[in-house]
Amino acid sequence: MIGVSAHGVYVPRARLNKKSIATANSWFDASLNSIAKGERAICNWDEDTITMAVEAAKNCLASSNAAQIKSLYLASTTFPFTDRQNSVVLSEALNLQSNIRTMDIGASQRSATSSLISLLESDVESDALLVSSEHRRSKAGSRSEMLWGDAAGALIIGHKNVIAECIGVETSAVDFVDHYRGEESDFDYDWEERWIRDEGYLKVIPPAVEKLLNKANIKSEEIAHLVLPSDQARTPGAIAKKLGVAQEAVVDNQISSVGVAGAAQPIVLFSKALETADPGEYILVLGFGQGCDAILFRTTEAITKYKPFVGVESALANRREEMNYNKFLSFNNLIEKDIGKRGEVDKQTYLSGYNRRKDLLTGFIGGKCRVCGTVQIPREKYCVNPECNALDSQDDYTFADKLGTVATWTADRLTFDWNPPAYFGMVKFDGGGKIMMDFTEVEEGKIDTGSRVSVHFRIRQFDSVRGFRKYFWKAVIED
Amino acid sequence: MASGIKDKVVILGMGCSKFGERWESSPSELMVEAFEECIQDAGIERGQIEAAWFGAGIDAFNVGASAMPLAIALRLNYIPVTKVENMCATGTEAFRGAVYAVASGACDIALALGVEKLKDTGYGGLPQRSRGLENDMYWPNLSAPGAFAQLATGYRAKHNLNKEDLKRAMAHVSVKSHANGAKNPKAHLQREITSEQAVNAPYIAEPIGLFDCCGVSDGSACAIVTTPELAKSLGKENLVSVKALQLAVSNGTESSHESWDGSYLKTTRIASQRAYDEAGIRRPKEEITMTEVHDCFSITELVTMEDLQLAEEGKGVNEVLDGNFDADGKTPCQIDGGLKCFGHPIGASGLRMIYENYLQLNGRAGARQLSEPKLGLNHNLGGFPHQNICSISIVGPYN
Repeated sequence: MIGVSAHGVYVPRARLNKKSIATANSWFDASLNSIAKGERAICNWDEDTITMAVEAAKNCLASSNAAQIKSLYLASTTFPFTDRQNSVVLSEALNLQSNIRTMDIGASQRSATSSLISLLESDVESDALLVSSEHRRSKAGSRSEMLWGDAAGALIIGHKNVIAECIGVETSAVDFVDHYRGEESDFDYDWEERWIRDEGYLKVIPPAVEKLLNKANIKSEEIAHLVLPSDQARTPGAIAKKLGVAQEAVVDNQISSVGVAGAAQPIVLFSKALETADPGEYILVLGFGQGCDAILFRTTEAITKYKPFVGVESALANRREEMNYNKFLSFNNLIEKDIGKRGEVDKQTYLSGYNRRKDLLTGFIGGKCRVCGTVQIPREKYCVNPECNALDSQDDYTFADKLGTVATWTADRLTFDWNPPAYFGMVKFDGGGKIMMDFTEVEEGKIDTGSRVSVHFRIRQFDSVRGFRKYFWKAVIED
Repeated sequence: MASGIKDKVVILGMGCSKFGERWESSPSELMVEAFEECIQDAGIERGQIEAAWFGAGIDAFNVGASAMPLAIALRLNYIPVTKVENMCATGTEAFRGAVYAVASGACDIALALGVEKLKDTGYGGLPQRSRGLENDMYWPNLSAPGAFAQLATGYRAKHNLNKEDLKRAMAHVSVKSHANGAKNPKAHLQREITSEQAVNAPYIAEPIGLFDCCGVSDGSACAIVTTPELAKSLGKENLVSVKALQLAVSNGTESSHESWDGSYLKTTRIASQRAYDEAGIRRPKEEITMTEVHDCFSITELVTMEDLQLAEEGKGVNEVLDGNFDADGKTPCQIDGGLKCFGHPIGASGLRMIYENYLQLNGRAGARQLSEPKLGLNHNLGGFPHQNICSISIVGPYN
């Protein structure tokens, strides 16, 4: 039996109130008012497809053995790097073994569902981790801006502890150009919504699904959960109707809470379905984009004992309302903002130096002294314990999974930061070790000495001149 | 056991430029301004200087690398010149080089000069700059106020203080320095402020507000040092000698080992104790009569009073508010306005502190002259609370 054994999602904490988009833009396009309902998830300035992928993967791996993971696929249409395998950065941030098979899969809204099919059919004995993450950019004042959101989802695919068994898959490849993003452009270009619905969704999807259900000998009424990613509010219902699937089975696309998260949407919605599914239920996961992917799962008894570390429900609850539309524009580089002269300092990354410190920077690995037991970060040649100072005495010690306490902190309004003030301070970790580090997601008045923190992989700096971005770990106050 | 530096070297002359926003002056011009005062005070010819130490803190915004800018600015006669840099403790480092050279007998007369041109960046505050290739990859983008604000949070947590009391004491530190600076014609900031102004000023890095920060200034200061014998033979009276010169440099313990809690400056405690030992001072509170400390931020001065043993540990707030360090207090601190108001041209600050001691001991401090100054302590700090360099110099009448 192959199927899904674990799942996890990540939704950025910041939720942009859609009224702020409408207020800023309805002077130009009054129709925005009619879809300005609820909120959408937005990446903080220091989040992107990779950082969200790390979060979703950590949430998915929380109750699993990471050492079993032999394949890691990352699906997205918004990779930060076009040529530097993004999934390898993810893998090192997760401290997975280096003898792992990694792959980036992109260029389609189906990239996650196609990856999923590929892994389900790969027939390898070990576990595979599929992560899909999307930080979608859209033009200011567009409908996409209103309907889309940033999020990531992750699944473990394997033969053990399966909570949703794969019953069958079906695919069709049709170059239906509902939208596209060319090599030269930052933004998608799309065509009329009604045409996409009638000639796209309603014509491409049903034949593939019918074929799949026939093969599996399942009736459409038996589908308990229908996952169809779409930013068209009524289209999933129309597809369900056409297929003969109950309307109640349609998994809501969360347009008014998260927004449609591109390639990651089917994984996020699948996770949502798994969170509520009872044993023995059929879940049909669809992907749409230049054709269609259809994957049929049936939940097992094991699902009764499985609870995701962070599922959609808790991810949605972990939120902070953002009313400032300008901040969203600024974070997404949609306005040319005056960042001040302190922001002009050159940010070149010295790749050879970066490579030397990669264990610290990507893995958040320090050292533990074999002689005196002192835990320390960063790891230097001599142990930091003044009573020890042993040479080359430290074993790897990862801080990425540790909790800590704020020892000192400040909110710096002088230094350059994309979201001032810059919060940073000394964090002391449970089990030993301390380091001065940045804090992110800080809400004013909710930080003090003694506050508890967890650590998260985030963007530390952009080098916009050379198109590079540096990542490092930051502390987040635990509520 | 080394005999130490006490009374082996005296100050032959000192000079200090006007500190401030010296838009009109280049680093060379600032150097010449300080040097001219100094060499006239010393009463010697430039050709008698046998070696020089040159301190400049931030290369990129100042004179650039090497000792040549000093040699060129002063037209020194192809003598050995050494460039030193130890962050904000650079000025004292230049002084240390010159004093040690004389003490060693390698030369009879040596010059120490520090300069900094900070107002050529196009914005307020210290320049945003690299902390080094590796540090830039993971250090927070911390500004100086951001670094020292953490001393306030660490100190507050350790001694269980409420924010308001600490902020009030911090304000008192600044109000006192502004009052002192108002009497100093060379000071960058010469206006008095009130406690309310200080408390209510906008935060720069919480809890450090605008008036908790020192001035960012252009300026230069210098000293010519020699042996007591030579000074006497040149007709110099009321000699001011070096009693102690100590330096302690963080080795990473504070930043990475749990033994440091962020509430004090470990280097200051170590360097000052060594300096007291070197100078033969057993009761600092009674024996030190004036201090110039590295009040880059008000909280630094408050905590430093404890680290120097001039205030009881954990009682800094009370001692500051009691006025112990005011101009008319037990141990006046920053009688010249300090970094806060005299200003802080990085490479010059350590020498500026000694300059004030020197003026006071010679009765030349004008409106701010103390009645009976004896031993003066200078505390010059480079870096951040968790990683820093602390210089202590003690000067006093030559015995």
